[in-house]
Amino acid sequence: MDNSKTRVVVGMSGGVDSSVTALLLKEQGYDVIGVFMKNWDDTTDSGVCTATEDYEDVARVANQIGIPYYSIDFEKEYWNRVFEYFLDEYRHNRTPNPDVMCNKEIKFKSFLDYALALNADYIAMGHYAQLRRDQDGTVHLLRGADDNKDQTYFLNTLSQAQLQKVMFPIGHLRKPEVRAIAEKAGLYTARKKDSTGVCFIGERDFKKFLKEFLPAQPGAMRTPAGELKGQHDGLMYYTIGQRSGLGIGGSSDSSEPWFVVGKDMASNTLIVDQGFNNPRLFATSLSAVKLSFVAGAAPATEFHATAKFRYRQKDVGVTVKLDPTEPTNAEVIFDEPVRAITPGQAVVFYNNEECLGGGTIDVAYDHTKVLQYV
Amino acid sequence: MEHYYFDNAATTPVSASVVQAMTAVLANDFGNASSTHSFGRRAHDLLDQSRRTIAQSINAASVDEVIFTSGGTESDNTAIMSTAAAYGDRGHHIITTAIEHPAVLQTMARLEKQGFEVTYLPVDQLGYVTAAQVAQALRPDTILVSIMMGNNEIGTIEPIKEIGALLADRPVVFHTDAVQAYGVLPIDVQALNVDFLSVSGHKLHGPKGVGFLYAKNGVKLVPFMNGGEQEHKRRAGTENIPGIVGLAQAVRDLDGPNKATKQANLLALKQAVLKELAQAQVDYHINGPEPMDSLPHVLNLWFPGLPTNLALTNLDLRGFAVSGGSACTAGSLEPSHVLTALYGANAAEISESLRISFGSENTLAQAQALGQALVTVVSDYLGH
Repeated sequence: MDNSKTRVVVGMSGGVDSSVTALLLKEQGYDVIGVFMKNWDDTTDSGVCTATEDYEDVARVANQIGIPYYSIDFEKEYWNRVFEYFLDEYRHNRTPNPDVMCNKEIKFKSFLDYALALNADYIAMGHYAQLRRDQDGTVHLLRGADDNKDQTYFLNTLSQAQLQKVMFPIGHLRKPEVRAIAEKAGLYTARKKDSTGVCFIGERDFKKFLKEFLPAQPGAMRTPAGELKGQHDGLMYYTIGQRSGLGIGGSSDSSEPWFVVGKDMASNTLIVDQGFNNPRLFATSLSAVKLSFVAGAAPATEFHATAKFRYRQKDVGVTVKLDPTEPTNAEVIFDEPVRAITPGQAVVFYNNEECLGGGTIDVAYDHTKVLQYV
Repeated sequence: MEHYYFDNAATTPVSASVVQAMTAVLANDFGNASSTHSFGRRAHDLLDQSRRTIAQSINAASVDEVIFTSGGTESDNTAIMSTAAAYGDRGHHIITTAIEHPAVLQTMARLEKQGFEVTYLPVDQLGYVTAAQVAQALRPDTILVSIMMGNNEIGTIEPIKEIGALLADRPVVFHTDAVQAYGVLPIDVQALNVDFLSVSGHKLHGPKGVGFLYAKNGVKLVPFMNGGEQEHKRRAGTENIPGIVGLAQAVRDLDGPNKATKQANLLALKQAVLKELAQAQVDYHINGPEPMDSLPHVLNLWFPGLPTNLALTNLDLRGFAVSGGSACTAGSLEPSHVLTALYGANAAEISESLRISFGSENTLAQAQALGQALVTVVSDYLGH
């Protein structure tokens, strides 16, 4: 097939996944253009902009592959549509997922628009996800072939309109295969370390980072019975079910470690209790908001599926009941209790390999009781 | 795909005559001009000839007023840092403009950290400063005025002669960065009354890594590079003879009526692009003075509603190389300090403008093709 008339703009981050994405497309004969997205101004006081190294890698790899490369600045869009959301969620003591929002608002919106203005037919990303296109044009979002790397969790908000214009050229590969391709082609990024954490925080201390933007309000740390166990630095720093950072050790009553089991915003109290499997950490259902479905609509007003409540978690069977009056809200009832459901994170639904869509976790329940997680 | 180069203010293609002159030197004349044997004498002769060519081109009073450097940046740095070092005991005040090249502005910033006080004269909406502004900013402790001859982004030609006349009988050193102007404007350093003048080779179809600083006799010069006694102890380091010969050849190519012819040709190219835009009724505005009044090779255009980055990329994908200002190290464009000085920090012009810069290699047909490509890019984007 002659792909030379099909223009594909590849989002290149300077990592090995997007490098191989560009390489494979070029080998398949597409008209490939590499574009680096700069979403965050991380210029330090000494004037060093740390996106420099990543962009340098994009330049090197693009020249190796033989494609033109450019850089596009989405700092303003990222700040307004992702970072403001991120801060707002923390202000409400929820745990946001900026990667989901970045995909929705930047990579598959602003970047897509930019690529279309370059007369692109498609954009391509180095995500571990796959697409299946039906005869009638419907696009299905499928998990990446590498179970360990599947990124559909972060892509759950994508619509048909977006996916029509998208390619995931490495979704059928496992990470070691991607590295091997890069190695064989001698790409500069073949051995580059994978990036970790949220892009704009990088390797920095998360607590320190957040403190720059939101005032920390220290308060009491108490057991569910109200016994004072110490002080916390600010509710926003803690996530339900987390152990580290509690600053409690060697308690006499038991050697069981302590976990965050709740937050009381009204009194600015962090509720802690003992045991990884503490019953307060287990929910039987949740309510979700801002639901969207890849197909454009839910399979039914009530359906059974599997779900993930965080990235890389094993799927759990769930029954989804859409709110008849507000179909972007739903009740999600678990087949078995689930530990540490975190408001603000995404709940994402699957039918076997297919990602159906998802929503944002609003409230977690233990049967009819609201779990005091925010 | 054909590739067309319209970024001559960034750098220029090396002309065939320069390649020939340099190749001959690289192949045959490797001597060190400081050596006392025949090889050294040959190199020294090439150096002398080149220096004479350049001194004549600016009507320098003496050939020794020409100091070879590595280019515009070094020339600017030398003139400014030297003046601060040599005349710092007389005062700590310097006058420059808001639209200088970074080689000047960053050097000023360094001097500010060392305790110097720098006045950055604002410019009007066309990029002009006036001699009256300079007169007003002068203080008893002013030791240096540094004002560019022609602006690299918008092509404004500053009133260097008037400013030179103003400063002629004052104990103030006058430097002008003529990196963009030298290749297209006649320059007479005596008539202009300048003490220092910076020029770069690669903007004139000469080689990269070589340029010169005109330093008027009698003005103190503290070397920027330390080491051997080359250039009359004013610039250490073995002379880059092939580069200097190439630079001199590029200067020779501009001799006599050649510069005026080049000027007319460049202006015709500029007009050709504008004609295409006007015919297609594209909405555009010129940043800087009218085409007749600005540097003939520089054309800066604002296309309302068309983001610079998108325009650049779309033009590049069609084979046309133009500029959108300087890029950050991560590749994205920095807001232009020149356009900011013209319009203020929030003006649409800053993120919707393009700089087109012509060179001797461009043909009228190329300029027309560029104009048509611009029309397509603008209407493609603003039409959808």
